[in-house]
Amino acid sequence: MSEYVIETQGLTKYFGKTCVVSELNLKVPKGSIFGFLGRNGAGKSTTIRMLLGLVEPSRGSAQVLGKDCWNLSPDDRASIGYLPEGHHVYGWMTIEECGKFQAAFYKHWNSSIFDAVLSHFRLDRKNRAGNLSRGQRAGLCLALVLAPEPELLILDDPALGLDPVARRSLIQSMLYVTRTTDRTILFSSHLLSDVERVADEIAVLDRGTLRASCKLETFRQHVRQFVIRHDGNEPPLPDLPGLLQTFRTDTETSLTFANIGPAEIQRIQVLTGNRIEEVPLSLEDAFVTYVGERGAKSFFTKDLEDVK
Amino acid sequence: MSLRFDITPGSPQPIYEQIEGQIRRWIATGTLKEGDQLPSVRALAEQLTVNPNTVARAYSELTAEGLVASHAGRGVFIAARRQIYSEEERLRRLSCAMKRFFDETAFLDIPLAEILRRLEAAGTDYFTHSPKP
Repeated sequence: MSEYVIETQGLTKYFGKTCVVSELNLKVPKGSIFGFLGRNGAGKSTTIRMLLGLVEPSRGSAQVLGKDCWNLSPDDRASIGYLPEGHHVYGWMTIEECGKFQAAFYKHWNSSIFDAVLSHFRLDRKNRAGNLSRGQRAGLCLALVLAPEPELLILDDPALGLDPVARRSLIQSMLYVTRTTDRTILFSSHLLSDVERVADEIAVLDRGTLRASCKLETFRQHVRQFVIRHDGNEPPLPDLPGLLQTFRTDTETSLTFANIGPAEIQRIQVLTGNRIEEVPLSLEDAFVTYVGERGAKSFFTKDLEDVK
Repeated sequence: MSLRFDITPGSPQPIYEQIEGQIRRWIATGTLKEGDQLPSVRALAEQLTVNPNTVARAYSELTAEGLVASHAGRGVFIAARRQIYSEEERLRRLSCAMKRFFDETAFLDIPLAEILRRLEAAGTDYFTHSPKP
């Protein structure tokens, strides 16, 4: 088995004439918690559905656990846990019945994991699934997807609509699952402070195009903000490569860059008489600036690029 | 001893740096002493609900600086206080820290004498009665 549990080559999907996923080359390392980020409509769910063989790619290919995603056998599927967006349940079943129903589809079903997740989310198995709150439904869905002990978990926006307590339980479950190193989680999310807690690696999808695929810390190191302080007369600045955003006040100009190198920083220092200071960005600010309105698709950040 | 870490995801400071900074401060102020044991990577990750690799990274930075040492199979301990940097390097780091400090304060229009007076008072306070975690 390869060191990657998911690999795609030029994976592309058109709906009619609209390209929703374009030439995606993605690699998800085995044992990682992989955050799949992007705005609404960026193509995350479509990508996930292609990986699971639920949507046929228009072009390109993808392997999941070493198998072609369009030809997954039932046994292959049993080692992939998929939590679709929205926490759907059969409302007329009790929690107990949901468990029995789901278990019937699997050769391997660890009922102690099922019970542990239920109790972690404080669920009573006699309750009807249709009467559960959003957070409780999330807990039930998670119990159902974890009990077969899949090698790879794919969670499509699992935190959507959850309160802070349920989100914390979700994160704890994700960390618990990956305590053995051969388990991998790919999850999409908009909650970047949660992503920061759990993710080793991230990929950023922007209008169908992969814009970053690297360690979380690498991404942060590559999106940097500098503030130039002046007396009201902004020093003249040349065209700067990698400039994502400029923000001006009366006495400050703040510049945010992607992949800026030491040579450029030095150049700005010289031009501004050293009145420049780096201001650290939160992951969320870095992300918003990176995929913001300016929207050039030209920046790409990955681990191999070394700008430090 | 249970250390009370205070982690804020979503802040400009990465989580591993926050963990590192708090341990560094506890060592500097004597709350953590030579031979004290730190929680295991897994235990602290669980306590803070963060990825274990984040805790491991904080520990490895502290190990590289000689502040903590890991003994295989026994755990991670606060190391004997020793300087791994040359005097030149220590002074270089001091001037970097001072530059950051003045970058931040130069725009507040507080006279230098006042800044120095307050700096001395705060420094004395920091090194004598820092709050215990």
